[in-house]
Amino acid sequence: MRDVAVVGFAQRQMEEFDGSPTCVELLVPLFAECYEQTGWTRRDVGFWCSGSSDYLAGRSFSFVSAVDAIGVIPPVNESHVEMDLAWAMYEAWLKIQTGEVDTALVYAFGKASAGVLRRTLALQLEPYTMTPLWPDTVSLAGLQARAGLDAGLWDERAMAEVANRSLTDAEKNEYSVRKGGSSVEELLARPMYADPLRKHDCSPVTDGAAAIVLAAGDRAREVRDRPAWIGGVSHYIDPMSMGTRDLTRSPSTARAAAAVDLDGVELAELHAPFSHQELILRHELGLADDVRINPSGGALTSNPMFSAGGIRIGEAAQRIWSGEVSKAVAHATSGPALQQNLVCVLGSTTEGASN
Amino acid sequence: MTRTLSAPVTVAFDYTRSTGPVLGRFLTGLRDAKLVGGRTSEGKVVVPPPEFDPVTHAAIDDFVEVAPTGTVTSWTWVPEPVAGQPFDRPFAFVLVTLDGADAPFLHALDVSSPDQVSTGMRVQVRWADERVGAITDIAGLEPATGNGPTAVDAPEGRLGENPVTGVITPVSLDYQYAASPEESAFYRGLNEGRIVGQRCPTCRKVYVPPRSACPADGTPTAEEVEVSQTGTITTFCIVNVPFLGQKITPPYVSAYVLLDGADIAILHLILGVPADEVRMGMRVKAVWKPEEEWTYSLENIDHFEPTGDPDADYDTYRHHL
Repeated sequence: MRDVAVVGFAQRQMEEFDGSPTCVELLVPLFAECYEQTGWTRRDVGFWCSGSSDYLAGRSFSFVSAVDAIGVIPPVNESHVEMDLAWAMYEAWLKIQTGEVDTALVYAFGKASAGVLRRTLALQLEPYTMTPLWPDTVSLAGLQARAGLDAGLWDERAMAEVANRSLTDAEKNEYSVRKGGSSVEELLARPMYADPLRKHDCSPVTDGAAAIVLAAGDRAREVRDRPAWIGGVSHYIDPMSMGTRDLTRSPSTARAAAAVDLDGVELAELHAPFSHQELILRHELGLADDVRINPSGGALTSNPMFSAGGIRIGEAAQRIWSGEVSKAVAHATSGPALQQNLVCVLGSTTEGASN
Repeated sequence: MTRTLSAPVTVAFDYTRSTGPVLGRFLTGLRDAKLVGGRTSEGKVVVPPPEFDPVTHAAIDDFVEVAPTGTVTSWTWVPEPVAGQPFDRPFAFVLVTLDGADAPFLHALDVSSPDQVSTGMRVQVRWADERVGAITDIAGLEPATGNGPTAVDAPEGRLGENPVTGVITPVSLDYQYAASPEESAFYRGLNEGRIVGQRCPTCRKVYVPPRSACPADGTPTAEEVEVSQTGTITTFCIVNVPFLGQKITPPYVSAYVLLDGADIAILHLILGVPADEVRMGMRVKAVWKPEEEWTYSLENIDHFEPTGDPDADYDTYRHHL
């Protein structure tokens, strides 16, 4: 296996983007940041892959229009996934592993505010027995939260602790759309929204885009003194039905974690759009108590559809580059109630990077 | 003036889906006011029946009728229902394990406050008056009464007569659709009777309609350019086939018109000439609707018609084909 590292990352997150759902306007400056970080031009990028979904904002073939932001004369090697940026990165990582290319720029974008996001996402459910009921994202997460509360696996206080830490950390993140911690008591005193969830237990609807640059071996070393080497990346999927899986667990996360080496991880960026989901993920990943969780504020404070998972990888990579940590794990999720999960280990050395 | 133009748009489609034998069996049961589960290799009864066994992956073919009563295993309050949900007033989504089943399924419980729902509470099915073989044949769940669900007119006898083989699931999504700043300038121009494009600062190409970045080199386009209302037909087709939503009676001509000063052709209607006389290189001009009908739309231009000038040389548009 080839050693591959994250060497570039750029993001934009906002409550409401007032431009076109193709998000070309957001992507052009993101790519410019990536070129500046790497010293590359678009012609140094061997492979492009994007993540988006037209259902989000009702614009057909938005991923085709988004390619304008690259500039495609001469033609580029390009692909698309109807999934989060993290999965676009996975495809690019595989592409580099084939030896066909040495570098890749992956990006994702979404304008969730154009529709009713929690309703739109019902289209990812089983179309015969679920979608016709339009189960919204918040309700499905609420059923999951209740299952854990009833089973005594977590309580409202544990959920509020996640929210308070996230809101506090988000104060230092210029991109977070919701920020400002207070205290667990103050959060618990706030009214229920979708009982058992309070509003701060649910990520805000967020528009945005993000880009990640990958490079193999010496191409990565040319860009950074401390590239964030990918020590392992793995993803699994649980059944879609809400009735046939234990909602308090995430077997797919556990399986993905088992496929990588999490020993010595100092930091975890977890894609948990609802507070209780962070508790599930921490358990399934077996993270020690001293592992720093979501210093970015996490997806609970800013969750741009199609880029929030990849942003976890970018946030973790930045802290490897800076020397703040030597080993980190990033996680991305997709589907209802943590159905699909991807785990990516990043390290300051190539040790384990070939796993 | 807002930075960008926006308008509401609805995207809707009725998906017609075949059910296959397993979901078909389940939906046939609902139509007949019966609840059908499938028995897995582990001996568990699951509703709705999974198509394939989660352990052996064999097709499920052992069907079991379960009771229209059951127990709530989890619930969440829905304070602000969205369009299409079973109730348009606040309600609870619940996971309920029906009596005779071993796994819960998802549906809506009709109660008026979260105080009226709890894990472990007994509920029963409320059948829809008209049932067609869809999950919505269950109108919802309601707190259990001593007498069980209200009886509905349903066929007696063997399950699965005249089986359901297909289902139509309408999907309709409402959006607020925004144009990019460049597209907004284009539509604002049309509202004033002008055709506005943008020039790429790198390759100097003029795009109409304008795009946020030059697709050739990725450079943001910034310089606004008004182009001519006269242009050249680069290619065309004669539409002879009727289709849903067609506004003009065939035959008619759709053509790419390369406006003078632009580097991208726009697609528009050609009138004022018999269809079989339209040709590549023909010079045409925009014919606008009356000004009082103008809006932020390319439809302000009703059609293009021949100018009567000599055809353009092939070399003037050969790079735009």
